[in-house]
Amino acid sequence: MSAAISYQRCTPCGHVWYFARSFCPKCGAREPVTSPASGAGIVHAVTIVDRAPTPDMKALAPYTLVMVDADEGFRLMAHGAPRLAIGDRVTGSVVELAGRSIPIFKRA
Amino acid sequence: MSWITGVGLLPFGRHEGKNTLDLMSEAAALALDDAGLKRADIDGVLTGYATTMPHIMLATVFCEHFGLSPAYAHGLQVGGATGFAMAMLAHELVAAGRLKHVLVVAGENRLSAPGGRDKVVETLAQVGHPVHEVPLGPTIPAYYGLVANRYMHEHFLSEADLAELAVLMRANAATHPGAQFREPITVADVLASKPIARPLKLLDCCATADGAVAFIVSRERTGAAAVRIIGAGQAHTHQHISEAPSLTEFGAHLAMDRAIAASGRKLVTTDADYLAIYDSFTITLAILLEELGLAPRGQSCSMAREGYFSRAGTKPINTHGGLMSYGHCGVAGALAHLVETQLQMTGRAGDRQVAEAGLAFLHGDGGVMSSHVSLIMERQV
Ligand SMILES: [Zn+2]
Repeated sequence: MSAAISYQRCTPCGHVWYFARSFCPKCGAREPVTSPASGAGIVHAVTIVDRAPTPDMKALAPYTLVMVDADEGFRLMAHGAPRLAIGDRVTGSVVELAGRSIPIFKRA
Repeated sequence: MSWITGVGLLPFGRHEGKNTLDLMSEAAALALDDAGLKRADIDGVLTGYATTMPHIMLATVFCEHFGLSPAYAHGLQVGGATGFAMAMLAHELVAAGRLKHVLVVAGENRLSAPGGRDKVVETLAQVGHPVHEVPLGPTIPAYYGLVANRYMHEHFLSEADLAELAVLMRANAATHPGAQFREPITVADVLASKPIARPLKLLDCCATADGAVAFIVSRERTGAAAVRIIGAGQAHTHQHISEAPSLTEFGAHLAMDRAIAASGRKLVTTDADYLAIYDSFTITLAILLEELGLAPRGQSCSMAREGYFSRAGTKPINTHGGLMSYGHCGVAGALAHLVETQLQMTGRAGDRQVAEAGLAFLHGDGGVMSSHVSLIMERQV
């Protein structure tokens, strides 16, 4: 089971962002449009977490975290497949991992 | 204008059996003695926060415990930038004529508290977004690992380059008896240390410690110490790294520009004789040095390798060993940088004394390069 990553867009000013809000953080306009993203993007940064913060995440370590620039114009943090590097074209969706819904990307 | 009339710094490391209030009290007593002041002279108190003692009235709790009844007291929180933000507020309150002697104090038993390092790692990771970041299992080193990966990519820095800054902090700590880690290390040691959040390894990271720091900001001098704060500034560009405008350009220079403007002087950071720069990770120090104009982009590490930032070099920095080697106990971590600056400027740094410390630039950041505070300190001539 996987679902689309969602993002928001402000109709009056065109600003696009990831952290859900009930207004546009740039111009303050209300009722931004929440949409599913295509999942396509480019890797902007990568880290491999060897030292996990909690017992449940320690079971998964080492794992890869990425910052991805989505084609729709927002940036997000997500899990990534091993060996992803800056500049890689990726595709992502939201999956269940260790009991939580998290976005994960792999090479396109 | 304000004067830093007294300082108190505990050794950082393990203070078994002591709690946050014990440690804060010890540092506060040292600062009062150093300034030649009594409890009744203190009319303002600023504290930060303590992860081992979460309390909604930490300043008041401390005042009651230590025996102070000031006209003004509260806590303040901006993560790693809290220490310098307290120094800035104390300076502003004193300069405005509101208060005569402000005690700034911070400390915590972060290392020896129940849970130790594991608890610290878990607690601090919560600085991330509760929905969009924390569930991914990041840590503070992971947030900075992402920044390091991008910054190194754009400015051609290698892991061996960054390691130079850890080696420098350790070399400085070797001459301070209060430092948590004093054994010299090499670039190879840093590269071989266990991975934490690649590219960051254990020796790229600050060291969790118990400790405390206090100092007093006064309207008038109380003794021989003639060090004053001449300017302070802040910048806040984001909180979560996911929402940072950039992973390679941050707010450090904005804060410093404001501090310089506040000083009313035509200064540039390279006028500094001495530097105190937040070093939570090697990458933090590299970026801040470069953002603040103390090194061209991508060159802070090679300049460190050549000795430019060493104690006997052109711009000595964090001569006590910084967060990476003197240690990091939360809010007090960066305040150790300020105390060391005051000791250098008053000629009291002993074996660590630099040749000249008339003008110092200080900078700290909180979050993930999120909140920035810059200070400029000058010795009266
Ligand atoms: Zn808008």
